[in-house]
Amino acid sequence: MLYREVGEFKTSYAQDSQTFPIKFDKYRYYFVVLVGLLFVPFVINDYWANAVFLPFLIYAIASLGLNILTGYCGQVSLGTGGFMAVGAYASYKLMTAFPDLNILIIVLLSGVITAFVGTLFGLPSLRIKGFYLAVATLAAQFFLIWLFNKVGWFYNYSATGMITSPDRSFGNFLITGPNATPASKYLFCFFFVFLLAWIARNLTRGKIGRSWMAIRDMDIAAEIIGVNPLIAKLSAFAISSFYVGIAGALFFSVYLGAVEVTEAFSIQKSFIVLFMVIIGGLGSIFGSFAGAAFMVLLPVALKNLLVLQFGWPVDIAAHFEFIIIGGLIIFFLIVEPHGLAQLWNLLKQKLRIWPFPY
Amino acid sequence: MNKENIKMMDIKNIVLRFGGVVAIQNISFDIFKGEIRAIIGPNGAGKSSMLNVINGFYHPQEGEVWFRGKKRGSMKPYQIAHQGIARTFQNIALFKGMTALDNIMTGRFTHMKKGIFSQMIWEGGASREEYENREVVEKVIDFLEIQHIRKTPVGALPYGLQKRVELGRALAAEPELLLLDEPMAGMNVEEKEDMSRYILDVNSEFETTVALIEHDMGVVMDISDRVVVMDYGKKIGDGTPDEVRNNQAVIDAYLGVSEH
Amino acid sequence: MSADFLYTIEVIINGLMAGVLYSLVALGFVLIFKASGIFNYAQGVMALFAALTLVGLQEGRVPFAHLINAMFGTKIHHFDWSLPALLAIILTVLIMILFAILVEKLILKHLVNQEPIILFMATIGLAYFMEGFGDLMWGSDVKTLNVGIPQGGSFWFEDFTIGWAAEGEKFYGMYVDLLDVWAAIIAISLVLVLTIFSQYTKSGRALRAVADDHQAALSVGISLRVIWVLVWSISGFVALVAGMMWGAKSGVQFSLSLIALKALPVLMLGGFTSIPGAIVGGLIIGAGEKLFEFFMGPLIGGATENWFAYVLALLFLVFRPQGLFGEKIIERV
Ligand SMILES: Nc1ncnc2c1ncn2[C@@H]1O[C@H](COP(=O)(O)OP(=O)(O)OP(=O)(O)O)[C@@H](O)[C@H]1O
Ligand SMILES: [Mg+2]
Repeated sequence: MLYREVGEFKTSYAQDSQTFPIKFDKYRYYFVVLVGLLFVPFVINDYWANAVFLPFLIYAIASLGLNILTGYCGQVSLGTGGFMAVGAYASYKLMTAFPDLNILIIVLLSGVITAFVGTLFGLPSLRIKGFYLAVATLAAQFFLIWLFNKVGWFYNYSATGMITSPDRSFGNFLITGPNATPASKYLFCFFFVFLLAWIARNLTRGKIGRSWMAIRDMDIAAEIIGVNPLIAKLSAFAISSFYVGIAGALFFSVYLGAVEVTEAFSIQKSFIVLFMVIIGGLGSIFGSFAGAAFMVLLPVALKNLLVLQFGWPVDIAAHFEFIIIGGLIIFFLIVEPHGLAQLWNLLKQKLRIWPFPY
Repeated sequence: MNKENIKMMDIKNIVLRFGGVVAIQNISFDIFKGEIRAIIGPNGAGKSSMLNVINGFYHPQEGEVWFRGKKRGSMKPYQIAHQGIARTFQNIALFKGMTALDNIMTGRFTHMKKGIFSQMIWEGGASREEYENREVVEKVIDFLEIQHIRKTPVGALPYGLQKRVELGRALAAEPELLLLDEPMAGMNVEEKEDMSRYILDVNSEFETTVALIEHDMGVVMDISDRVVVMDYGKKIGDGTPDEVRNNQAVIDAYLGVSEH
Repeated sequence: MSADFLYTIEVIINGLMAGVLYSLVALGFVLIFKASGIFNYAQGVMALFAALTLVGLQEGRVPFAHLINAMFGTKIHHFDWSLPALLAIILTVLIMILFAILVEKLILKHLVNQEPIILFMATIGLAYFMEGFGDLMWGSDVKTLNVGIPQGGSFWFEDFTIGWAAEGEKFYGMYVDLLDVWAAIIAISLVLVLTIFSQYTKSGRALRAVADDHQAALSVGISLRVIWVLVWSISGFVALVAGMMWGAKSGVQFSLSLIALKALPVLMLGGFTSIPGAIVGGLIIGAGEKLFEFFMGPLIGGATENWFAYVLALLFLVFRPQGLFGEKIIERV
């Protein structure tokens, strides 16, 4: 028996609302965190950092953020790319305007600025719902990208229109710029993922999380039990954008180092993050990670298999990627709207009773 | 039980129109503190609309609502919830994606005060508040005898149990005034008896004032202290069950011999 | 008349003609939405797919040639025939019907009674799938589409308008693209045909019945599934027409699918259920964005067409959530 739930009696409400009610899950979680902290940094190289770990960690933050808004609060947003751009440009402006400001503070402040912008664009959610709102968030996407592309102040009037991240370090470790080591970049992102996942978990298990889910499931009833829709929706927009902004800041300053806004933060980004949330599991913290991992690994795997193994052209691999992602989205929505997270739970249930059902 | 006839709620000359449809035509009535007040009437009489006016979901074109001796200004439903009014719905309005426990926990919303930063950190403040409120919810769960379905997503529950969970959500708010819109619709005799018992117990144990809409005359006559009868948006009777039973206008309305 | 005024008129005319195309795409959305409550994000990719298929058939391209070449090391690309435009169009229509049947069988059937937003996300998945599939089938190079629609500026119109300017003003006549004119004419006829279809044919009436009240339509024996195949086929056809127009204008390539993004604000403005709304909304947005770009573009950096329509629709919606033609909804409990 790999799993045992029987025998672990819950004697207090505190135990009942634990993140990992089953001991084995808790140990596995500690294990993953320890490996992530004590093993990966020592073996990571440029390829693994750039192809897998950095995008995974950063997308995990974005997908946590979108999951709060869409999975928990039920407000579909197609503006994620635009909000990531806000985070990226905020961090760029802060880095260049205040060269002495610590990079940690810069990333956090970028999140705060994005939270304001996101709340602003969330205001229409008080009047319009469902896909009207989804389409309305496209206004944010297109307007913001245009703004960063056209208004010179945002890119400090650089000749190329691109923004490039200056060198910034945390303590003795260089975090941004071409000379930063993969391990320090990785650990810096790891810290944010850890912190933000913990906060997301706390928010979603308590009062505010329930108010979001109430709005999601039935907004009228939510209002009648005392939830102020203004506060519930705008707080979801604010917190979600805070996450997405931090993801954008890290994506630019730590991961890419230089960014052309129409390319890096196009509407395609909005969709990719939305897909992470759907495939991983709407309304699930673990799902946000699973979805991010899946969407980051799929192209890498396809490229390795089709291009490096079979020697097919790169564009065919890209077409397959579209087909697989699109097909999976439909598959999950039909078969398992709770995504990979739910499949994982089902698998655990199977394991729990195996090999002795009942 | 001692009913001193203190007016908890006073409804004065309410008129509610939807375009050309007049759902409520100049209705006045009051609800005493601690009583069980029934609203009855044929389909489309405007009963649900009346509850919606009371909890602020509909805004009447004319008339006043007085609550606890004060005239109520224009308020949003969530503000009214914070004043201590809770309700259930004719068509179950539970949060489908959440478990029974979480649904009932949402009922505690108006009692939970911790700010967002405390909730982010959880340990200490927010978690303590959560467990304190969880205790209240567990009492409600025991009271309604639904311990076994705590962790079941409400969408998967049978209709009768969903109704019970919805009542639980309203009770968890520890309201002063509880509004119930057809709490026994679609139930069998046994379930109706259970539900009647819960309503009577809530009323006597927690001194909760109850206003309910119900079509089953037997139940209404059994459990309510006073009854308002509505027909086509008008009030055609008001009084104790006995008075209402012998009111000619009411008899006509129910037999369909009305003079409209 | 002053030249500035004439330029403004020219901008409006061109804006309105672009708007007709937006309306056409929006119409595809409205049809599906009315009959099934689905907001079909894949409408734009359907236009791309239809245009790709049309070019492929017309030129006698081998489907999946790239894939076959990659797998077997062959070097095939074209059959040694090409088809006349009309035949290729008819075949493409048939393929779009087949597509509609498959969508119903494989997706919609399994998602009945789901939340609208889930269906919306499913169509985003469908859009991705079709984009990959279309590219895999026909290759992702930019293709020129020529089905015989005239193109280029109209000299006649230029000559006709050149004398309108006041004496001594510099004005060379108004420019309109013949392709735009044809697109407008075709779009208008299509709208007329669809209106007649829905008013006077049996399936058209069934369609309207379903749009008005699903339950009632079901109870009188109209099969929802047949209706769904029907509307998806029709909007597949509308997509083909839109794809043909747009493809003839700027080549058949990925960006063609983005016309869907142009149609979304039209829908927000006109309401998702109103055919007149789609048309008026398209015209307002077409003319509005060209005018805004003409007057404001030079001041604030240009390329405002990227967002103008969305911001306009957004502001509008905040004040009138039901759109131009929708009715105000009072929610019930
Ligand atoms: N949101 C609304 N918009 C338009 N008309 C409404 C709305 N709500 C109620 N009505 C109308 O008001 C009238 C009264 O409806 P109401 O639901 O209050 O009746 P009811 O007495 O609760 O009936 P039932 O016993 O069937 O529940 C009906 O004619 C109804 O159609
Ligand atoms: Mg009613």
